[in-house]
Amino acid sequence: MKALGWIALAALAAGLPLYAGEFYVNLTSQILIAAIFAAGLNLLVGYGGLSSLGHASYLGVAAYSSAWLSLNLAMPHWASAPIALAFTTLMACLFGVIALRATGLGFLMITLALSQVLWGLGYRWVSVTNGDNGLSGLTRPAPFGINLDGATPFYYFCLVVTVFALWMIARLVHSPFGAGLRGTRDQARRMAALGHNVGLVRWLTFVYAGFWGAVAGLLYVYYHKYIHPTALSLTSSAEGLLAVIAGGSGTLAGPVIGAAIVVLLKNYVSAFVERWNFLLGLVFVLIVIFMPDGLVPGMKRLWLRWRGERR
Amino acid sequence: MTPALKIDGLRKSFGGLPATNNVSLEVMPGERRLIIGPNGAGKTTLFNLITGDLPADDGSIRVFGEEVRGMLPSQRAHRGLARTYQIITLFPKDTLEHNIALSLLGLSKTRWNAFSPLARYGHLYEEARRVLALVGLDALANRPVSEVSYGDRRRLEIAMALAQKPRLLLLDEPLAGLSREERASVKQLVSKIPRETTVVMIEHDMDTALDLAETITVLHYGSVIVEGTRADVVADPRTREVYLGH
Amino acid sequence: MQFWIIQTLNSLALGGLLFLLSSGFSLIFGLMRIANLTHGALFMLGAYVGVSILKVIPNLWVAALLGGLAVAAFGGLLERFILRKLAGNSLGQVLVTLGFAFMIADLCLIIWGGDPIPVPTPPELRKPLVVAGVSFPTYRLVVVVIAIVAAIGLYLLMERTRLGAMIRAGVDDMQMARAVGIPVSKLFTIVFCLGAGLAGAGGIIGGPILSAYPGLDGEMLPLALIVVILGGVGSLVGAFVGSFIIGFIYTFGIALMPDLAYVILFLPMIFVIAFRPRGLFGRMTA
Repeated sequence: MKALGWIALAALAAGLPLYAGEFYVNLTSQILIAAIFAAGLNLLVGYGGLSSLGHASYLGVAAYSSAWLSLNLAMPHWASAPIALAFTTLMACLFGVIALRATGLGFLMITLALSQVLWGLGYRWVSVTNGDNGLSGLTRPAPFGINLDGATPFYYFCLVVTVFALWMIARLVHSPFGAGLRGTRDQARRMAALGHNVGLVRWLTFVYAGFWGAVAGLLYVYYHKYIHPTALSLTSSAEGLLAVIAGGSGTLAGPVIGAAIVVLLKNYVSAFVERWNFLLGLVFVLIVIFMPDGLVPGMKRLWLRWRGERR
Repeated sequence: MTPALKIDGLRKSFGGLPATNNVSLEVMPGERRLIIGPNGAGKTTLFNLITGDLPADDGSIRVFGEEVRGMLPSQRAHRGLARTYQIITLFPKDTLEHNIALSLLGLSKTRWNAFSPLARYGHLYEEARRVLALVGLDALANRPVSEVSYGDRRRLEIAMALAQKPRLLLLDEPLAGLSREERASVKQLVSKIPRETTVVMIEHDMDTALDLAETITVLHYGSVIVEGTRADVVADPRTREVYLGH
Repeated sequence: MQFWIIQTLNSLALGGLLFLLSSGFSLIFGLMRIANLTHGALFMLGAYVGVSILKVIPNLWVAALLGGLAVAAFGGLLERFILRKLAGNSLGQVLVTLGFAFMIADLCLIIWGGDPIPVPTPPELRKPLVVAGVSFPTYRLVVVVIAIVAAIGLYLLMERTRLGAMIRAGVDDMQMARAVGIPVSKLFTIVFCLGAGLAGAGGIIGGPILSAYPGLDGEMLPLALIVVILGGVGSLVGAFVGSFIIGFIYTFGIALMPDLAYVILFLPMIFVIAFRPRGLFGRMTA
């Protein structure tokens, strides 16, 4: 039954450009990018129990690094991509050491403060980031010579990367490391007494989450061919966190569904309502108060109840 | 012979109040030591200092000759130290088997594997079941901890520690909150722990615990008041003072 | 010479404003364990509300008082009807404050528009103060004085009143405080109102220096966070010292190295987190 569901989903995803117009294909690409961002964040938040409001840092820095390398050193993507990823991951290593000196709300505040500092840097370090104008004139990569400028080829590119990312994250979640990570979320002191190096587990997860945030950042800058400091903003981090929470933190499907919700909301509602931030804020408040578990656990419960009643 | 546990001049204060006051004691390998004392005597604090959950102000803690002060709790676990907690801290949403598996992973290099599914490690789960069988919980292996009785949870606490085949085991009130039958059964469990494991136990229920230990240390206001065999301690007037005086 | 004086006074003034902002944040976090991410927006709301009040009553001090009270009332409603329902859910409370921050920011944009609104300095304070041939911008001096007065007021509140004693007890040990019979719920609301009111008043008092503009919340919130991380959670002394340190670093940073001012803010924060996670004066880790 489950396998059938996956095959259906795979078919739907693979065949999308055949039955959907360019607008929807592009929209789905955006959902995929957001899904990677949210899935990485979910490792930290849902499985690690460490809520971060600074995840946009990794998306933004990877995007800006790639853009800067292209514009200033005329570096081809096959070189700039790994450099951008490495640089951002190193930054995650450093940030992780700093932020993990605290847990809970302290951790949240530090990740937020670090991210906001980067955001400010994005606006003010005009010589590097071009400030409020952003960096434009960027190109998409052409892996194996395939041109990704069209909506459909870029969509497939995103799909491949997303499937790989989600698969890697799922492997981690189901691995011994993942079990240990969940343990540190539930009973950190006990885990330490059992011999698990809680600090190291958390730091590795932090860095890994940052890595996937960077991957999302590269896809992001390739998609838009443009990068602006808003990508580093609190709003950007908050959207990721909302995706994790709305979908259901601590599940694998949650962030993907949450990402879809956030992207669709943003796209459709902005047509009617001018102020996205207001809506984002309102949705946050409503979800926290009325649906704190998120959509996926809620749905799971309904599904199990339905199946129980059928017996 | 190197003592399993050697504490010298251990001190810990909380804002001026000494919780552990120049404590020195020595436990030989294979020994069963009981630590008793009225509430607030600093027994659990002493355990917390040994495991590293609390940093000591001064003094030395040697486990099998190695100074562990300054080591992280996880590092001490790798040196053969294990403990149970007064307040049960298990993983409620996980099965009993998974709880033990987490304990086994704590000392195994496998815990760093971030790629292969945990389910592949059949031998881990076999070992977990074996440990559960030792404490008589194997029938409940697949039940989540939240669905299991308090008495069984206490036994799981002990199983978690035994799973690691520790050299030094600290039991913090293993009989707390148990019915009479449960206490008898846990007492039997503790008495069957192999001599490769040195056991230091905090207990309030003296009738049951005094049988299990060869040597007893009495703590009061963070200091060692009396130490010796059961007969010594029971006869000593200071012990009576400590218990009758409050 | 003049440059250094101006920058120093700018630093002190910013420090003063930051104190008004972060003292409230620190108290709320210390007592209620809520990282109130609405705080930057409350500051901005105070500025905008003050602007509107000024159109009717052209007196900055009245505007500050009324604006502060309005924002305090809003804060009280937020705490009483929403945050209290989420007691025990730390993350939930933070996310709700974040949600409200977004909503307030957008509402301000809708109501007051996207252009920065300058706030006129009170006429009597427009002339610079000339001492020994050196001129000092008067209003900035006044802001510093206000901050010091507020600091003294808060100190007296905390150390000399029953309310303050209850707050300190709650910050030190919430369970004991409850056990001893301290009306924790009422205390929470009062402290939240106080913090919000200080932020709101700070917004309009800072008006002549910063203006009221969209994005003010996003600029002020991280500064408040860094001050609290630096100074230590729940410590007024920490908030005071931290505010002025950050005031100086930020002002001189922007003046001397505008590109990298934010990076310079990084450094004391990292230094403190690395070596003294409690902050300079805090008694608990965040």
